[in-house]
Amino acid sequence: MMEQKTAGIQFGDRIFKWLTLLMAITVFVLVGLIGYELFVGSKPAIHKFGWHFLISSDWDPTNDVYGALPFILGTLVSSFIGLIIAVPISVATAVYLTELAPLWLRQPLVMFIELLAAIPSVILGFWGLFVMVPWLHKYLFPPLRSTFEFLPVFKGTDYGPCMLAAGIILAIMIVPIITSISREILRSVPPIQREAAYALGATRWEVTRIAVLSYAKKGIFGAVILGLGRALGETMAVTMVIGNAPQFVPSLFQPGSTLASWIANQFTEAIGDLFYSSLFELGLVLLGVTVLVNILAQLMLKTFAGPSVKPQH
Amino acid sequence: MTAPNHKWRQFKDVLMQIITFICAVLVIAPLVLVFYHLVKLGFGSLNLDFFTHVPKALGEKGGGMANAIVGTFILIGEAAIVGVPIGVLGGIYLSEYGGSKMNWGIRFAADILNGVPSITWGVVVYGLMVIPMHGSSALAGGVVLGMMMIPLVMRTSEEVLQLVPPGYREASLALGISKWRTILQIVVRTALKGIITGVLLALARVAGETAPLLFTAFGNLGWAHSLKEPIAAMPLLIYNYATSPYEDWHRQAWAGALVLLLLVLFVNIVVRVMTRDRFKNKI
Repeated sequence: MMEQKTAGIQFGDRIFKWLTLLMAITVFVLVGLIGYELFVGSKPAIHKFGWHFLISSDWDPTNDVYGALPFILGTLVSSFIGLIIAVPISVATAVYLTELAPLWLRQPLVMFIELLAAIPSVILGFWGLFVMVPWLHKYLFPPLRSTFEFLPVFKGTDYGPCMLAAGIILAIMIVPIITSISREILRSVPPIQREAAYALGATRWEVTRIAVLSYAKKGIFGAVILGLGRALGETMAVTMVIGNAPQFVPSLFQPGSTLASWIANQFTEAIGDLFYSSLFELGLVLLGVTVLVNILAQLMLKTFAGPSVKPQH
Repeated sequence: MTAPNHKWRQFKDVLMQIITFICAVLVIAPLVLVFYHLVKLGFGSLNLDFFTHVPKALGEKGGGMANAIVGTFILIGEAAIVGVPIGVLGGIYLSEYGGSKMNWGIRFAADILNGVPSITWGVVVYGLMVIPMHGSSALAGGVVLGMMMIPLVMRTSEEVLQLVPPGYREASLALGISKWRTILQIVVRTALKGIITGVLLALARVAGETAPLLFTAFGNLGWAHSLKEPIAAMPLLIYNYATSPYEDWHRQAWAGALVLLLLVLFVNIVVRVMTRDRFKNKI
């Protein structure tokens, strides 16, 4: 009797354990599936164009010739602009939230930043297209252009949607993630670091600079890389403000495209196997880049703070 | 006694405080501005028709987004069916069973999945479901959103399950209750609020996703009569209207964006206020 019951319990336990294991390993299945589907879909394009696909600027459906270079460059440049704007603001905000802000203000500010992260990308893009871009076109771009006229990247007619607008919208989108992870990192700096600096007579800012920021440098870098990963793959908001031209022009005021935005823009209009396949290959390139960047970010965050600092979503 | 540069150092201290404060304001500004413009441009177009009618043909006044609102709820319902069981059970494995090496691998894969761009998910499910099924469908749209939920729900479930004190498990096991029933009836029940929080936040997140739906759910100007048909969703309709050249559609898009934003923010605020006391600073 007793034995039977134990056997029953063990049986139930075993089933449940295997069931949860099965569910947990779906993440491996999904990773494999994503890689496999994109690779299979890209095969005709890979077969036809080879490595040349990555360095070719042609996107010509009439002659069925495709290349990824303008989109790769557009992705890198727009994300880079986004980072240049977002990083100083995010890190400063994280510093304000953990070191300098009055205590009663911290929780509400954190809440607002989390809500900003929750705004759907399409809404931000919509707002960007109808409110932000016209405003930039009217107030920010003309003075920028007249001040920095001597630099080639500030040349070219400004139509509104452009690389710089995409960079700014990307900055808005990655500020929350960089801020909240930097904040976690700063919070995990041991208090003794601060106390030691205070004991030497440092002011609050000096404590932050000498004892906190220099200690947290690596972790913050990890947060920035994670933000970069987000920016590279961001789709809707960018699609709506970048202008969607299959070109890369080294000017901030010219329309362009990113890998993600060009897929979103062309997929439903694609005709012919090679066209589709090339879009799949753009997806494959995008996947490769974002996965590498994310792995790098995870490694940096893990070596900094152990398992206690987890990326937030 | 004070050092000669004392004034300068104090000045720098105040200056940095002001600069970082300005940065914090800059961070919040887009949230406030987006909300302000959505209310200003969208509120006027909200009426009963908006919630009860489907879009009118181009050129006709009126019409609404009823099909898109229902469509969004159908899609997130499907997503929940796909994503919640897998995510929660996977989270249970990570928290209660897995060895450290296995867990490292699963977490790593889940974090990679969390970083996969949303448009990529759409392309993958297009190849996986839309091509074999010869067309876009509500089913494909739900599955893609569900897949995106899996890693999110798994990680948050794991985190809240680990907050349950080990004593709870030990007490139950000591009473001779089997491990699986201990997990389900003691551990999961204790952490249930946190798990639900994670699920709701994941649902709110996928409810606003557009890119993965572009070529899976595809959108529909009327009602979808089965899960095998293309279905409308609010983010899709907002995108299509916003990028159209028609004033009337823009107005509808502002109203739709306002409703969607309110929905997403509502879930986020309620969930965070509800759980603030109990899991303060832990999740």
